[in-house]
Amino acid sequence: MTARWIALLAALAVLAGCGTPGGDSGDNTKKADEAKKNSAKVDVAKAGNVTLTVWDQEVRGGQAAQVKRLNAAFRAKYPNVKINRVAKSFTNLKTTLKLAVSSNKAPDVVEANQGRPDMGQMVKGGLLKPLDAYADAYGWKDRWSKTLLDLNRFSADGKTFGAGNLYGVSQQGEIVGVFYNRDMVSSPPKTLGEFEQMLAKFKAEGKVPIAFGNLDKFGGIHEFQTIQNQFANKEDVRDFVFARGGDGFDTIENRNAAAKLQEWADRGYFTPDFNGVGYDPAWQRFAKGKGPFTIAGTWITNDAVSTLGDKLGFFLMPGREEGAKPTSLGGESLPWAITSKSKHADVAGAYIDFLTNADAARVQVETDNLPAMKTDAQPTTPVGKEIFAAWKQLNETDGLTPYMDYATPTFYDDFSGAVQRLMGDKLTPNAFTKSVEQDYAQFTDKL
Amino acid sequence: MSRSAAASLAPPGEPRRIGYLYILPGLVVFGLFVLAPLLHSAWISLFTWDGVTPGEWTGLANYKAVVTDPKLRSAFLHGFVLIAFYALLPVAIGLALAAALSRTRVRGLALFRTVLFLPQVIALVVVAVMWRMIYDPESGLINEGLRAIGLGGLAQNWLGSFSLALPSVGLIGTWVYYGLAMVLFTAGVQKIPQSLYDAARMDGAGPVREFLAVTLPGLRNEIAVALTLTTIQALRSFDLVYITTGGGPGDSTTVPAFEVYNRAFRTGDVGTASAIGVCIVALIGALSVLINRLAEREGAR
Repeated sequence: MTARWIALLAALAVLAGCGTPGGDSGDNTKKADEAKKNSAKVDVAKAGNVTLTVWDQEVRGGQAAQVKRLNAAFRAKYPNVKINRVAKSFTNLKTTLKLAVSSNKAPDVVEANQGRPDMGQMVKGGLLKPLDAYADAYGWKDRWSKTLLDLNRFSADGKTFGAGNLYGVSQQGEIVGVFYNRDMVSSPPKTLGEFEQMLAKFKAEGKVPIAFGNLDKFGGIHEFQTIQNQFANKEDVRDFVFARGGDGFDTIENRNAAAKLQEWADRGYFTPDFNGVGYDPAWQRFAKGKGPFTIAGTWITNDAVSTLGDKLGFFLMPGREEGAKPTSLGGESLPWAITSKSKHADVAGAYIDFLTNADAARVQVETDNLPAMKTDAQPTTPVGKEIFAAWKQLNETDGLTPYMDYATPTFYDDFSGAVQRLMGDKLTPNAFTKSVEQDYAQFTDKL
Repeated sequence: MSRSAAASLAPPGEPRRIGYLYILPGLVVFGLFVLAPLLHSAWISLFTWDGVTPGEWTGLANYKAVVTDPKLRSAFLHGFVLIAFYALLPVAIGLALAAALSRTRVRGLALFRTVLFLPQVIALVVVAVMWRMIYDPESGLINEGLRAIGLGGLAQNWLGSFSLALPSVGLIGTWVYYGLAMVLFTAGVQKIPQSLYDAARMDGAGPVREFLAVTLPGLRNEIAVALTLTTIQALRSFDLVYITTGGGPGDSTTVPAFEVYNRAFRTGDVGTASAIGVCIVALIGALSVLINRLAEREGAR
């Protein structure tokens, strides 16, 4: 009896595990080169009847509005192209996209998140098409700043991040900065020291200076990097995220930034018990007028302006010295990319161009989004103007630094957990930079 | 005797080969949707695989990582802590309730039972979202309630404290699963012959003695069932952790099933994820056997 069971199990094992998982993906560098040669600008109207399957995550407020408008405009212009749109939430897209693009019925156009965990792995698997030929044909290099394009670049083997082939372009920009309530703050601080004086003053008045909730873990990354940018050199931060060598994380600048963040936490400048407070409830308290500041990304603007109206203001965290060029955490929305298996790549290229051209930039502004593309259109709300000015300045002075969690596939958890420990006084600034460096080196040593 | 006569005289399902034919449809479904994926996971667990590019054979290295990686080790440790909250505590509460209900006639028993059972009916995702609000340090029900009755000093940073987060998540599990234990036990108590209780009382047994001598032994099978079900829930717990804390603060609430999701879908480490999954299955199997062995041995005595 036992023998028969073993035989059955063995047979099932053979059936279940035929061969190496992920079996066939050959030389990606060669494939990438071929793909580049075969790309060209096409007259979409003459491309015949084409159906483009598009997977995106533009499902919230202004983002949903802009993509619906642009899709409708594209269909009106090119009635021969049918757009089969599959809208998913960010998390849902993130967990299903890799399977979808590696299947035989891969969508044509997808939004593939920046960084090593997502775009990097798909590039490594040869699942995305390099867009450099389209970038040349449509003049995309004038549309975005170099920093923004670099965020969507990888080498064909997926090992080098921030350089190499272009695999996507993004519609919206985002900045992580300081939102303030004009009723409580008359004018933005000019230096980090001035900002700290304001924090101390509000604390003494019994207010919560910075609304902050870190139960969801990612918020802490933004608080840290906002301070880090005033201490560390922006090129060092970029080198770190793109793993281009450099001194790693355990540097005196990062230790100083960590010490500053811990000091603010110890002095009670953040929402009490912030590690147990959700991200949304925290900034929503600020949006209800209960405190002077919150450090957040421009993605909360729409919702916050609906309650605070013209009282809502925005500034970039000032440097330690007056008049220093601003450096800020920021980036761009999920890039639109074309899958290697798409049969209509040239039409897809034209579609992505349509989503990001000058008209599309105007649509972004009209739907309360911050376009990543250069544009002359101007928003109408006071906070919108402040954000636009900040974005323009950051792009002109090259002041954007990328998110830390792009750095390694596991860095989101490694880093957000470490910041929770630092701010909860479980790690000294010294131990913090050492433990982060250790997690980071585990990955970079294998590159 | 002729062959046909022998066949017609044989008991139903004989010869065995025909018996297997009867279970074939079920076996095919089971094999296709349970056994094959399980074995496939076991196969993948022998590779280093990012889910996209070809995997690399690593033998048992992923299993070694489960034992040696401090992060994974603590995840399994948290899983065991959760067994106390998901399994032991609900069974204890369920027994206390069942014992109380066995001694007195309660008016509206059916209503109470339904109300106490309700947490079990709600989707875990909803439960988690609700408890996140209840645990909110500033505006949550618990801290607000404590402050309202002058016990503000007892208010805690429930999900944000490094020492309290895991017990806080565990207590949500207790709240969900005690109803299941109670329903099983109250049903079990009704099965115990009244004469046993009468005899115990004739012999002068008090409520404690009566519980130990009559109720507890009589509920042996139900306890085994409740413990098995809730232990499985504890070890495969994912949704509560994912929604309430995301494993934080730090790594203080990571659990094995959360790590499976994390590694398979987020960090692109499908090999280790599969290895953890196989370990969870093995652990659940071993614990189920252990619990049922214990219950049977007690029964034989």
